[in-house]
Amino acid sequence: MSHAEDHSGDRRDFLYYATAGVGAVTVGAAVWPLVNQMNPSADVQAASQMRVDVGGISEGTQLTVLFLGKPVFIRRRTADEIEAARGVDLADLVDQDARNPNIGPIDASDENRSMPDYSGANTGEWLVQIGVCTHLGCVPIGDGAGDFGGWFCPCHGSHYDSSGRIRRGPAPENLPIPVASFVDDSTILLG
Amino acid sequence: MSGIPHDHYEPKSNAEKWLHRRLPIVSLMYDTLMIPTPKNLNWMWIWGIVLTFCLVMQIITGIVLVMHYTPHVDMAFASVEHIMRNVNGGWAIRYIHQNGASLFFIAVYLHIFRGLYYGSYKAPREITWIIGMLIYLLMMGTAFMGYVLPWGQMSFWGATVITGLFGAIPFVGEAIQTWLLGGPAVDNATLNRFLSLHYLLPFVILGLVIVHIWAFHTTGNNNPTGVEVRRTSKKDADSDTLPFWPYFVIKDLFALAVIFVAFFAIVGFMPNFLGHPDNYIEANPLVTPAFIVPEWYFLPFYAILRAFDGEVWLVIVADFLTAGIVDAKFFGVLAMFGAIIVMALAPWLDTSSVRSGRYRPMFKWWFWIFVVNFFVLMWAGAMPAEGIYPYIALIGSAYWFAYFLVILPLLGVIEKPLAQPATIEEDFNAHYGKTGGLGGASAPTPAE
Repeated sequence: MSHAEDHSGDRRDFLYYATAGVGAVTVGAAVWPLVNQMNPSADVQAASQMRVDVGGISEGTQLTVLFLGKPVFIRRRTADEIEAARGVDLADLVDQDARNPNIGPIDASDENRSMPDYSGANTGEWLVQIGVCTHLGCVPIGDGAGDFGGWFCPCHGSHYDSSGRIRRGPAPENLPIPVASFVDDSTILLG
Repeated sequence: MSGIPHDHYEPKSNAEKWLHRRLPIVSLMYDTLMIPTPKNLNWMWIWGIVLTFCLVMQIITGIVLVMHYTPHVDMAFASVEHIMRNVNGGWAIRYIHQNGASLFFIAVYLHIFRGLYYGSYKAPREITWIIGMLIYLLMMGTAFMGYVLPWGQMSFWGATVITGLFGAIPFVGEAIQTWLLGGPAVDNATLNRFLSLHYLLPFVILGLVIVHIWAFHTTGNNNPTGVEVRRTSKKDADSDTLPFWPYFVIKDLFALAVIFVAFFAIVGFMPNFLGHPDNYIEANPLVTPAFIVPEWYFLPFYAILRAFDGEVWLVIVADFLTAGIVDAKFFGVLAMFGAIIVMALAPWLDTSSVRSGRYRPMFKWWFWIFVVNFFVLMWAGAMPAEGIYPYIALIGSAYWFAYFLVILPLLGVIEKPLAQPATIEEDFNAHYGKTGGLGGASAPTPAE
C-alpha cells in the first residue's frame, strides 16, 4: 500500500508482470489447440493425389471428377475451341495471369493453360482446371456455355472463354489449373 | 433499475423477507415486470415480445429436432426426411422451426424500422441499439448455419458462396476459409461444426437479449413522440407511464395471438412457400443449382454484395488506390458488411436533436424511401445478376449508404422540425381525450 506513490521497478511490480506474462502464455497455449482443431484434419489432408483415366473422353466432351472436395474439369477440346482460345488478344483479358501452378506466374495465353500430353506436345487438346468459379465458388456450367464459348457461372453471371479465362462478370481470376500431368498416354495424375 | 421513479418491491411475509435478504430475485422480477412504460406506445412496440417469443420457440423446437437429426454428409438429408415422415409430429416441429426463422426476421426488420423511424437509437439508447445490431448479426449467422443442416442443394451451395466471402479477404482469406470449412471445400467437417455453432449461438443471443432489455430498462422505453418520460416526481412519471404488467403484457399477448394465427396458417397450409424447392434435392458438390438464391431475409444484403462488380467506377478507383488489394470481390464483401456497420453507427450519424420521425417533415420522406428501397433491394437480390438488375441493385445500395452517411447527417442541419408535445401525457390526452381511455390524466391503478 505504501508503494502507491512510488512503484517503479519494485519486487511486487516484477511479480505482477511475470504473473501476467505467464498467464497470457498459458491462455494462448490453451486457446491455440481449440482454434487449430478447426483446420483440415489428417484424413482430409491425406487425400491429396488422384489418378484419372481419360481414355474414354472424346473430343468436345468434358469429364468432371471430384478432387479435394472440388470438381476438376478435364476437357478434350475441339479444334474450333482451341483456335478460338489461341486467337484471343491478351490485352482483352481481365486476368493476365495463367493461374497455372505447373508453370508459375506467366501471361494468360492459352498455351500457358492447356496441358501437354504424355509426349510433351502442347496441342491444346487437353484443358484441366478446377471447376470452381473464382467469384464465390459455384461450379460453372460447361460445354460452350456463356458468351465466350466456354463456361458460365449461373450464380452471379461470370463468363469464361474456351480456355477457362474470365472475360466478363464479377469473378476476378481465371479458373485455376490444378497441379496435374499425364503419367501415361491416357492417365492424368492430379496433385 | 430504472431511473423513472416508481414503486419498488417490498417483501411482506417473513418468508419473502428471508429470501430477499439472501437473494433479491423476486425484487428483480417485480421491477422488471412492473417497469413504468410510456402509455402512448403504439402497435409498433409489440415486436420485442414477438422476437423474445420467437427466440424461445426456436430454441425449444431446435433442441427437439437435434434429438432426431444426424450431422453427417451421408445421413443428414435422410435424417431430415426421417423427421418429416417417421418422427411423431416431426413434420410440424420442423415446419415450425423452419418458418419460425422467417417470423423471427419479419419481426426483427419491423423492430429495426421502428427504431429508425422513432429515433430509438438516439442518446441515451445507443448501447441498446448496438447490442440489437449484434443480436441481428448473430441471428443472421445462426440462420445461415441452420439452413446448411438439411444438406440440400441450396444448403450446400449457400454455404459455399457465403464461406467464399471470407476467401475474398486479401492475403489471409484462403487460410480463413479453409479454417472455417475444415478442408478445401464444404464437407462433413463443415456440417459438424455448423451444427455445433447453430446450437450454441442462440444461447449467446439469449444472453445479449437480457443485456438489451437491461439497457433499455435503464434508459426507459422510447415512445412514438420521442419525448422522455418526466422524472421530476413520481406523480409526473405516473402521468406519463403505465406499469408493463398488466397493461402492455396483455396488449403484446393479443398482438402475438394475431400474428400466430397468420404464422400457423403458413405452417399448416403453405410451409414451403418461403423455401426453395432445390433444397429438397440432396447436396451434390458436382452440380450447382441453375440459380442460387439465399433465403428472403438475406436478399437485400445479397443484392448489395452483387451490386459492386468490376465495372462500377467506385470499385475501379478502390482497386487502383489499393494497388489491387481491394478488388471487385472484396469490395462487394466490404459493402455488404459495411451496410450493417453504417446502420449500427446511426446514433452518431444522425445529427437531429428530434427523436421521433413524427415531428420531422423532411426525414419522413427519406425514411419511407429507405423502406421502399429495402424491398427493391430484396427484389433485386432475388433476380439473376444480368441485364437491368445489377443497376437497380447498385442504385439501391447507393441509397442505403447515402441514407446513413449523407441524408441523416445533413437533415439534422437543414430540417426545421415541427413542434413536439411537452409531455407524453399531453400527447396521450390529445389522442384519447382527457376522459377517454382508462380515465385520462389520473394514473390507473394496476390490477392486483
